[in-house]
Order: sequence, then structure tokens, then C-alpha cells
Amino acid sequence: MRAGGDQVSSGKFDYLGLALLVLGLALPWLLYPVLATNIVVWALFAVGFNLLLGYTGLLSFGHAMFFGGASYITGIVMLHTHLPMPAALLTGVAFSIGLAYLVGVLSIRTQGIYFAMITLAIAQVIYFAVTVFIGWTGGENGLQAVPRGTFFGLPLENDRVMYYAWLVIAVIAVAFVKRVIHSPFGQVLKAIRENEQRARSLGYNVDHYKLMAFILSAAVSGLAGGMLVVHQHFTVMDNVDWQTSGEVVMMTLLGGMGTVYGPIIGAAFYLLLSDRLAVLVNAPGVVIGLIFILTVLLFRRGIVGEIMGRLDARRARGGQEA
Amino acid sequence: MLESLGGQIFNGLVSGAFYAMLSLGLAIIFGLLRIVNFAHGTMYMLGAFVAYVGAQSLGLNFWVALIASPIVVAIVGIILERLLLCRLYKLDVLYNLLLTFGITLFIEDAMRLKFGMQGSPYVIPGKLEGVVNLGFMIYPTYRVFVIVASLIVCIATWLLIEKTSLGATLRAATENPGLVRAFGINVPALITGVFGFGCALAAFAGVLAAPVNNVAPLMGDDIIIPTFAVVVIGGMGSILGSIVTGFVVGVVVALGAFFYPPISGTLIYILMAFVLLVKPTGLFGSVEGSR
Repeated sequence: MRAGGDQVSSGKFDYLGLALLVLGLALPWLLYPVLATNIVVWALFAVGFNLLLGYTGLLSFGHAMFFGGASYITGIVMLHTHLPMPAALLTGVAFSIGLAYLVGVLSIRTQGIYFAMITLAIAQVIYFAVTVFIGWTGGENGLQAVPRGTFFGLPLENDRVMYYAWLVIAVIAVAFVKRVIHSPFGQVLKAIRENEQRARSLGYNVDHYKLMAFILSAAVSGLAGGMLVVHQHFTVMDNVDWQTSGEVVMMTLLGGMGTVYGPIIGAAFYLLLSDRLAVLVNAPGVVIGLIFILTVLLFRRGIVGEIMGRLDARRARGGQEA
Repeated sequence: MLESLGGQIFNGLVSGAFYAMLSLGLAIIFGLLRIVNFAHGTMYMLGAFVAYVGAQSLGLNFWVALIASPIVVAIVGIILERLLLCRLYKLDVLYNLLLTFGITLFIEDAMRLKFGMQGSPYVIPGKLEGVVNLGFMIYPTYRVFVIVASLIVCIATWLLIEKTSLGATLRAATENPGLVRAFGINVPALITGVFGFGCALAAFAGVLAAPVNNVAPLMGDDIIIPTFAVVVIGGMGSILGSIVTGFVVGVVVALGAFFYPPISGTLIYILMAFVLLVKPTGLFGSVEGSR
């Protein structure tokens, strides 16, 4: 998929990033903290997903297996072992990396629609695994009463403390993704997105690069999944369902795929909207489906992509006048 | 033992019948439009609901529904194609996958609002009640009917595409739409027709499924993802391949569940992973189909 306008390049000052950081610091005082934390977690999931969709051009329709799968693994480690919470998070990430390696080996050579269908189908296996191993996962009831633990000695029972702990991790993770995108490795990914044959003919091992992007994307998604279960004390089967895989596609598209910060804004917009809608109407699917349809038809560059595109157009006009 | 094994093979043929009809529709749509219709399961669900509502409010019997429901759903499909899908043909095909995903969310939730989650039973038509003696075993008549009806529809569709001049035009348009257009054939109309026909096939399967399962808004979800796996196993682009794969996968999965029940839910995906390792383009697929 062709991305929208490209993001702030590394040389210029990152105004949008700074604005988002300030907003992020203020968020738990503007919204109730649990919702604010949810936004941080899902935004990180979408950023990880966008590394694959926006920068490599691969549409995975099964990313819930990393997000939801890691949420179960992290939760199970927290419930059944005495490992510190960050170690539980890392176990979830390790699970996502291992799973992504297996799935990637199977699917990475396929393209476009094939890749989407294969990832969707394999994600369903993880869903079934959750329904089969009821003793570990709680089946329909979900994994309940997961403790939050402590964050390097800091107790997390206060929701705002929890929020800021996760904000720190998310900011580091997003900075890492941004660094990856602007690295030579990230440039190769973009080259593959734009023209895979050419990248191949230039001597790049395209399949290897795609696999690495897939694994990185899964690792970030898994981290977000682990953060989800720790902050909300539970995880449910919905998080490994295909609808979750669809939701992260939508957040990314809505915010602007192929932009560093688009998915963050998309996730925030989506969660705020769902939160309001849950009170107003009894038909979330109707409204969200409608937004999905309209975004794909009319608004493909997404919020950030659209703004960047307008700014670029204005700059181009200004350049001509001068 | 042998009797129950035979029964299990027939159960496999019944689920294979549904896989075959649905993956056939997906294959035809993919062939000409190059899109994967995520909303295919929704069309299947709508097919079942048209039969159910028709029976409740108009007193339509099963046999009328078997004809009327595919027509109604084909019209829904044609409207969706003309109104929405046709706007995205010039773009990456993935946008249309996302569009049909949005349509699925919308229609499923709208149906849930109207009819509730639980779903309602649909009675087996009188003539197909009871069991039939197949000589070596006894099996429900209706399920035998499902297998036969699916075979007839699948083979008729295959003949239509392979043996008629309309089918020849269709295959030509699949190969080279620009050239076919130059011969004065209205390709956009052909595309619309094909999409409608694919939806009609899904609706036909939905009517057949109505007496087997409950008619419920989420019934399409349960079948569309296994059907995608069937499509991957068979490979994109082959009409006959999608029919054969549908039935074979149905039987293999049923046999797997017979010998080792815990595997029943995942066997289809294990099969898919295995085929991908051995032959990434699928059993009947061409290299071009996977691109």
C-alpha cells in the first residue's frame, strides 16, 4: 500500500512529536486515567503495526495474535510466577518474537492479499489455543485478577502512576520505532514498499528484510499486549479475535499509515469515539463499520497524512511564488 | 466403528459442500476483480436470513427461498459493488479488502440489532426430513441433499465458465480486460454481474445452511476464515481447484477430528501451513495468483 505524505524528516525539529508528548503528559488529567492508559497501549500497538503496513507495505490481518497472545502470556506469568512485572512483559515480547518468526517463515514470501489471508488464518489458531487451554486462559471468562506488580520498586495501584509508567515505556518504544524507520534498515523497507522488484535487483535480500520488519512489528505489538493486561488486570478472548486485528488496521489507516505519529492519533481518536459511542448508541459495529468504509473511500491518507499533504502543497505553492 | 467412520466422512462432505460453494464464489470474484471479498461470509448470512424472514413474514417455503434468496442477495451485492467497491479498482487491492471488512462490521451489527445475537432455528422442509438408507449406513436425508445440491451448483458453475461463450468472455476478461473491452464488451457490467453472481452463490450456501445451524447474525464469521484457509490451500484463481479443495478439506478435517478430536478446530490451519511450506502457491494455484 502506498503511504500518505511522509513524516517529519530526521533533520527538522519534531514539533508534532513534542505536541503529542505534552498532550500525553496532560492526558490523565483530561480523561479518566484508565481510558488514557488504554489510549497509550493501543497507540503503541498501532505504531508497531504501522511499521509493517505503512513502512513495509505488508497488510497483516492477524496482528491480534501478537497483541492478544502476549497479553495472555504476560498475564499468566504474572499470575503463576514471582517474576518481576518487567520480566513478565519481556516474556510476552519473547513469545511474540518467536511466534512472528514461525508465522513469518510460512508467510513472508507471499504478497498482498495472500499475506493478509494467511496471517488472518494463523491468528485463528492462537484464538483456538486460548479456547482449548481453558485451565490457563480462563476460556470465555478471560484471564482475571492479574496483579499489576511494581515498576522498578514503584507501586502501580494508583491509576495515574500506572499511566505515567506506561507513558515512559511507550515513549521509549515509539522513539525506537522512529529510529528504526529513519535508519538505513528503514530506508530499505521503504524501498521494498515502493518497488519490491527494484529492491531485489539492487541486491537486497527482500524476504529477510520483510521478516525482520514483521518480527519487530510483532515485538512492539506484544509489548503493548503485555502492557494492556497489566494495567487493566485482565485480558479476554476479544483481544486475540480477528476483529482486534481489524481494529488496529483501522486505527492506523485513520491516523495516517506510513507516518510516524499517525497511528497514535488514529488510536486516540478511535478509542475516544468508541468510549462516547458506548454511552450513546447500542450499535458500535454499525458506526465503526461506517467510519471504516468512509475512511477507505474518502480519507485514505488519514488525519496526519492529510495534514502533511496540505502543508506540503502549501509549501510547494509558496516556493513557486518566491 | 466403520459405520461411524462413514458418518464422519459424510459430515466432512457436508462442511466441504459449504467450503466449496463459498470458495468458488471467492475464486470467481477474485479472478475478475482481483479483490478478496471479506464480506462473503456476510452474504452467506444474509442468504440464510432472507430465507428465514421470508418464511416468517411471507410464508415462503424452502424451495422458493433457494431461488429467491440468492437473487435478493445478488442485488445487495450489485448495489455494494456499484456504490462502493467500484471506486477503488484503480488503487491497491488491499483497500477493497478493508472496505469489505468495514461492510462486514456494519451489516453484522445492523443484523444483530434487528434480530439479536442468539439466532433462530429454521425447520427442515417436509420432504427432506428423516433419514435415508444409503445401503452401507443411515444418514439424515437433508444432509445428503446438501451434498448433492452443492455438487450440482458447483459443477453447473464450472460448466458455465469453461464451456459457454459467456464463460469464455469472462475468462478472456480475467486474462486481459483491456483487450476484451476493445472488442466492444462492457467489462464494468461484466464485473458487476460477476460480483452479484458470487454473492448469489454465498446466499445459496446460506439458505442450505439455515436448517443445519441456527440462523444467526454472526454465522458468517464462523465460516469465512476457514474458507480463506481453503482458498489458500487450493490456490487462487482455479475454479475447479476451489471446488475440489473445498470437499477434500472438509473430509480431511472431519477425519482428523474423528481420530483426534482436540485437533478439529485447528486442523484446517495446520493443513494450510503444511501446503504453504510444500507449495506456496497452493495446490491448484498459479504463480500469478499469489501475486
